Parts: sequence; C-alpha cells; structure tokens
Amino acid sequence: MVTSSILVLFLLGFIAAGILAAASKILHVEEDPRIALVENCFPGANCGGCGFPGCSAAAAAVVKGQAAPEVCVAGGADIATNIAAIMGTEVAFKEPKVAANICTGGSRANLLFDYEGVEDCRAEALLYGGEKSCGLGCIGLGSCVKVCGFDAIRLTDDGLPIVDMNACRSCGKCAEVCPTGAVRISGMTMDLLHLNEIDDCLAPCMQKCPAQIDVRTYINQMKKGDMRGALLTMKERNPLPLAVGRLCPAPCETICRRNIADEGVAIHTLHRFVADWEMNSGSRLSLTCNPLSGHKVAIIGSGPAGLSCAYFLRRVGHQPVIFEKRDVAGGMMKGIIPEYRLPEKVVDWEIQSIFDLGVEVRTGVEFGKDITVKQLEDEGFEAIFMATGAWKVPALGIENGDSENVLDAISFLAGVGKEFSDLKGKKIVVIGDTNTAMDVVRSASRLGAETAAIIPCIQRKMSANKKEVERAAELGSDLKFLTEPVRVIAENGKVSGVEYRELQYDDPKKATGKPKPVEGSEQSMDADYIIVASDRVADTDVFRTESGEQLFELDKKTGGIKTDPMTMQTSVPNVFAGGEVHTGRSILIQAVADGRCAARGIHYFVTKGEIPEISNPQLRVIPESILKNMEVIYTIPRIKVPEISVEERKSTFKEEVTGSIVYDEARKESSRCLRCGLTCYDSEAGAEYAADSDVHKFNEA
Amino acid sequence: MEYFLLFISATFINNIVLVQYLGACPFMGTSKSTDVAIGMGSAVIFVILMATAFTWPLQHYVLDPYGIGYLQTIVFILVIASLVQFVEMFLKKAIPPLYKSLGLFLPLITTNCAVLGVAIMVQRSEYSFVKSLVFAFSSGVGFLVALVIISSIRERLDIAPVPSVFRGVPIALIMAGIMSLAFFAFKGMAA
Ligand code: SF4
Ligand code: SF4
Repeated sequence: MVTSSILVLFLLGFIAAGILAAASKILHVEEDPRIALVENCFPGANCGGCGFPGCSAAAAAVVKGQAAPEVCVAGGADIATNIAAIMGTEVAFKEPKVAANICTGGSRANLLFDYEGVEDCRAEALLYGGEKSCGLGCIGLGSCVKVCGFDAIRLTDDGLPIVDMNACRSCGKCAEVCPTGAVRISGMTMDLLHLNEIDDCLAPCMQKCPAQIDVRTYINQMKKGDMRGALLTMKERNPLPLAVGRLCPAPCETICRRNIADEGVAIHTLHRFVADWEMNSGSRLSLTCNPLSGHKVAIIGSGPAGLSCAYFLRRVGHQPVIFEKRDVAGGMMKGIIPEYRLPEKVVDWEIQSIFDLGVEVRTGVEFGKDITVKQLEDEGFEAIFMATGAWKVPALGIENGDSENVLDAISFLAGVGKEFSDLKGKKIVVIGDTNTAMDVVRSASRLGAETAAIIPCIQRKMSANKKEVERAAELGSDLKFLTEPVRVIAENGKVSGVEYRELQYDDPKKATGKPKPVEGSEQSMDADYIIVASDRVADTDVFRTESGEQLFELDKKTGGIKTDPMTMQTSVPNVFAGGEVHTGRSILIQAVADGRCAARGIHYFVTKGEIPEISNPQLRVIPESILKNMEVIYTIPRIKVPEISVEERKSTFKEEVTGSIVYDEARKESSRCLRCGLTCYDSEAGAEYAADSDVHKFNEA
Repeated sequence: MEYFLLFISATFINNIVLVQYLGACPFMGTSKSTDVAIGMGSAVIFVILMATAFTWPLQHYVLDPYGIGYLQTIVFILVIASLVQFVEMFLKKAIPPLYKSLGLFLPLITTNCAVLGVAIMVQRSEYSFVKSLVFAFSSGVGFLVALVIISSIRERLDIAPVPSVFRGVPIALIMAGIMSLAFFAFKGMAA
C-alpha cells in the first residue's frame, strides 16, 4: 500500500511538473529585466495614483517609455532618481500637489437643499441642474478616508476630512471618490492659473471680484487667526494686496450676501488688514516658485498689470523681464496716485516682494524706441505682454484749450510735491468726473488751493467712487455737478478763467441719456490752473511698425489694444495685452486680474503652443447665487474704520485718510462672513461672539 | 428546481465561510475594501470551478477504481496548486489585463482551504459531475457574497468611532461572528 501510494503520488507529481514545465516553455512571456528593477524601486503602494493599474504596470510603462521616472506619486525624489539611473535618463522637476478640503461645515442652509428627500449639497445639483463641485459641500461620508492608501486623510469629530500634508502623495483617489468635490488635489500652477468656471462653487463676492479672490477662504483663515494662510490665499490671485487693500472700490461688498440679512461684510477692510499685517510684521512671507523652465517672457510696462503678470509667470517657473519707460517701476501707483491714498513706501515694499522672486526690471527702456517686438523675439523672448497703461488725457478741444497752465491731470499729479508744493491763494478748476479728477481736487485742496470741479453729470452717475467724491467735498471744494466748460479765458496766452454752462437731462428724474446744455446758463469763474481729468486713454501711437502701420488690431470701444477676453492674446499670436492699455481707464484690481489672465495664456502658449479654452468660464454673476431671503441667526454690527479728521487732512499731505483696524476687531468682522457657497451659507456665523453686548439673535434684535 | 435549491443551499444556507468556516484567512485578509473583495471573490469562483472540474474525474477515474481514495487530500492539494500555477501562466500569456487585475489573488488562492474544501465536499456528497460544478460555483458565489458584505461593513467601521483596542481585525472578527449568526437563520429553509 505504501509503495503504491508513493508511486501514485510520484507519478502525479511528475505529470504535474511535466505539464507545468511544458507550459512554462510554451506560455513564457519575454519580459525586460529592467521592469523588475524599476518595480523594486517603487514603494509598492499599488495605489493607482499614477494612472496605471498598479506598480508593475507602471514599471512596464516606464521601461516602454510611456511614463517618466517620476511617475510614482507615492515616491519622492529619491525613488525617481533611482529609476532614472536604471533607465539612464534625468529626473524632471515635478510640482508637488496635495489634497485639500475647504469645507468648514457649520449649520448651512439645509432647507434650501431639501429636494425630493435629498437633504445635502447634491440636491443643489438636482435643483439647479448641471454638476456643481462645491468646496464647501462636505457631507462627512468619509469616502476619501477609505480610499486613501497612505493614511493621509482622517475625519474630525464633526465629520470633516483633514489632510496630513506630509503623508499625502497626491494620488488623487480621494478627490475622485468625493461626491461633492469638497476634497480636491491641487498644485501651485493649478491654483495660480485657474480661472473661475460656472461649475465651481462660487460665493457671490468671489464672482464679483475682478481678480476672483477667494474671499470666504481668506476671511475664514483670518477668523481662525491664521493670517499667514489668509495672505497666501490672497496672493494666489492678487500679488498687490497692499495697494488693492487701499484703492479698490470693493465691488464685492455690493453683492456680499450678508447685505440681504443686515450689512455686508467689510471685505475690503479685512483685505487691507491682512496685507498690512505682513508689512507691519517687518518680514516677508516667503513664496514658493517653481524652478526655472527656461521660457523667457518680456513684459512692457511695470504697472499693476505688468507686475501681476510677471509675478504669476515667475511663480509657475518662467522668466519674466519687465521693460519700463520711466526710471521707476510701479506705473501709476508710483508718483501719480496721491500719497494719502497710497503711500510710496507701501508701493516700494510691495513691488520689492515681486522683484525678490527673481523678476528682472530694466528701467528707462521705451517700447517702440529702444526696443521692438522683433528685437525682443531675437533676444529669445517667446511671448510679450503689453501693459503700458492709459496715460494719455484727451485734449480739452475748446477755445484756448492749449493755453499756458491748462494741464492734464497726470502731469499735475506727477508734479505734486515737486513743481506744485504750495498752491496757497491759487484757484484751480478741475474738469472731469473720474477718480483722477477727484485725486487732483483733493491734492490741490491739501496744498492750499481753492478748488472747483466742472462735472458733466450728477454725482450718482460719476465714474469716480462715491467715497472719493465725498472726500473731495469734505475738503471744501466747489463741485459743480451737471456743468461743462465752454471756453478757457486766457490773457496773453495764459489761463485766467473758464466759462462754463449748466447741463440738464431730458428727464431730470430718471437722469438717463446724455445731458444737454441749458440755454443762457453761461457763467465764468477765475482760474490760475485748469486741470483736465475727463478721461485717460491708451497711447497707441507707439504700437506702429516703421512703415507706420498699426502693430495690433485696436478695440473700437476702448481705444486700446484688442485682445481675446479669455486668453488676452492680441492679433499677433505671441503678443498679449492687458490692463488699461486694453480696457481703457479702469480700476487697479482689474489690471491685476488681466495680468493673471495673461499669465495663464502665456504659460500655455510657451509650454504647449496653444491655450486651452475654459469650458464654462464665469463671466458674470451667476443668478442662483443671489438668494432672495436668508435666515441668519446672529447680527453683529459692521466694523467702523477710523479716519483722520478733515482739519488734519487739510494741513498734512502725507497722511493716509483711513487708518487700519486692530486684530481683535478684524477677527470679529471676519466672523460675520457667512462662508457662502453658490446656494448655501452658514446661518450660524458669528456664534462665537454671541456673548458680546453688541451681538444679538435676529429675532430679538 | 433541484439545481436552484442546490444553488441557494450552497450560497446562503451552507455558506462556505460563515457557516462552514472555510477560507477564513482570506476572508479576514482581503475584506478591507469592497474593490479588493470583489476581485478576490471572482478569482475564487473561477479557481473553485476549475479545481472541481479537475478533481472530480480524478476521484472517479483514478482514485476510486484503484482503491487509493485515502490519498484524496494530498492529491487534491497537488492538483489545485499545479492548476493555479498553470492558470497564472496561461492568463499572463493569453489575457494580460485579466492577469494584472487579479494580480496578487491568484497565488493567494493556492493556499485557500475553501477551494480544497469544496473539492472534497462534492466527493462526500456524491454529486454528479454537473451537480458538482453547480455546487462549486454556488459555494464560490457564497464566498463572494460574504466577502462583499463584510468588506462594506469594514469600510464603514474604518471611520466609525470604534474603541482603539477593537480597531482592525478584532472588530472584524466580531462582525464576522454576528454575520455568521445571521446566516444561521437560513437553516432549515432547504437542505
Ligand atoms: S489624501 Fe488622497 S491624494 Fe493624498 S494620498 Fe490619500 S488618497 Fe492620495
Ligand atoms: S458673507 Fe462672506 S462669503 Fe458670503 S458673500 Fe459675503 S464675504 Fe462672501
């Protein structure tokens, strides 16, 4: 029995071995030995983050040349170097990316989402159609935790995911499974170059801000006391927070959703607070830049648009060189915008932070004279960004309009403190309704002049900010609304006065259309200077070839260079344009936004050759984000910003009118923000201040 | 009807893992995530079918006629191990995508007692060849069902506030016990 057993087993084993041996011969698969070597380098997480079904598939792809040595998302630089050594190639720079969740929870407007039994953000999609990925929409399912192969994500007690930045390998699994899009993978280039799309979850303020600043996120970071984080969030979209924090007319505040409940959040004040926090701390926040990609970009003009474009390009790894006609950088921010609105030392500090990133500036170089598009191309610049601004004030075009002492607003403002350091006893008449006109009025009044302004519309219709007009009036200036100049009165070619007449709308109540002159209303007044500030336009004469043809197609509406609105590309493919040279007279933050938009275009242009279209760009405020009514539990009074007295303003020139607020106030104001999503908001915002005497529950207020 | 009852019986009433307690180690080892569980379950169904298809004739035409039935266990192990090796080679050559997606599971099955268990059980129950195959397939499905259920529970447990001493395998074993009790409720429904 033993013998037969042994025999049977031996025979069976022998047959099996024979079959397997034969099979291994027949079924043998030739494999490159390097595949095993490469596979050995991987940490073996089999996470699939690389886009291949597993580590062995990834190794095969590397050997076949379908993937680069840095393919593994779980491995660091060492692993990539080892693989590169096996393959005999070099490791390319790979930008680190991490997962992040921006949902802060809170009791959100649940009822709004109650749709056919779905009581969370997914109802939003059902209600409003189309898919919305919402960074504020975490519903605490924890799917992200389950799929993370690196234990990098966990849920807090209130069910919100937190990512461990050090453990995250950006495999992207979490973002893939998140049903609401609350977790997403992002890297610097992506963050810096993303333009808002309709399917992003956008708070109203973020939609209205020309630069698309993520207001709710930085305000929330401020609330938590994370000023550094808040500044970084801001700098993702605005490299000039100090200047913008002082000059922006804050269109975002007009649409802040809290307006529906009580008063909107003082977004602009908080913006300035964060920016000042950095400057006052004396040290600069260090910003990361990608290593140089080798692509050179020329930027013409060092105003806000040029600086902004240079900043974004440098951070994503390119090498921008700014060419500036004047001998100082900063455009209108430097020497034109009056000191009491934007002090020069603030501008210097701010501009320096951009130069520190490695942006080169060549001053005293004029486009069209010292350099041309051709020369720049020959020098190796792959793209050119035109940001020369709008410095030309159209001439007055009336009798004696070119007399001595009829000046344009820009020359006047540039001369403040130099040629014009004392204007006591002088009479100055300003013509125009622009912010620049108000700057002239306020500067001249501060220098002791008696000022008057001829404004061709009513106050509500002025293009200057409401605040600016009020401030000009506070200084005792005579603002003559609904008037226009008829002729300049000159003696021996020098201004001595101005004749003007009244205007009236066809329908004075509605004040629509263009006002018409009122017969027989001519009057005159004395003037030592007449300052023209009716408009500012781009000087397009410099954009001509030697034979005198226009280099670029011009925009009939603005008089500036015509560009594609999303890519900022001009009619010459490698030349981009933005800022006032494209839009005409506009606000600072618009120029910053244009710079960023152009940087996106240029980045794709120099790296890929074509600029991907944005599938669903957000171009106007999305209607469903404006809720009709809201239930907010707590009211907190809006912060009051300190201002220096009118008397003080008359005597000093340097002082800034608005002061800054203090840390605790800033945090309390931040707690008023409802951290809105597209259709949701945190109705409990401000609960942490419930005990304060000025905070009430709405139904008790 | 007979086959249907056999299917119900093998899948639910005599579930291979939860009632027969076979294949408990892969049951614990590969039930952390549903994706993996489905992969493992499908691989097991495939190998159980193959193994039964090979061992049944071996039993009937070799072991039984020559009176060496006592060698059953060792012979079956040998056959299953070789079979799995062969299948692995074959898949690698013929269907590489399937081979890649099965990956780790194929070698794991070599040591899976559920496969051997089913091969032996069909002999004990003296099923015909076709019945044996139906039984094997149903047992595999039973394994897959149990694995998917527990992996779903474990995914939820991962983020549930479980006391730290119970985290991981201990709580999984407790869950398996409870599931087992639940499956016992099927007893008496059919054979
Ligand atoms: S957190 Fe997400 S992206 Fe980061 S390692 Fe985990 S699964 Fe991958
Ligand atoms: S409440 Fe906050 S998030 Fe909402 S619109 Fe106002 S500032 Fe933006």
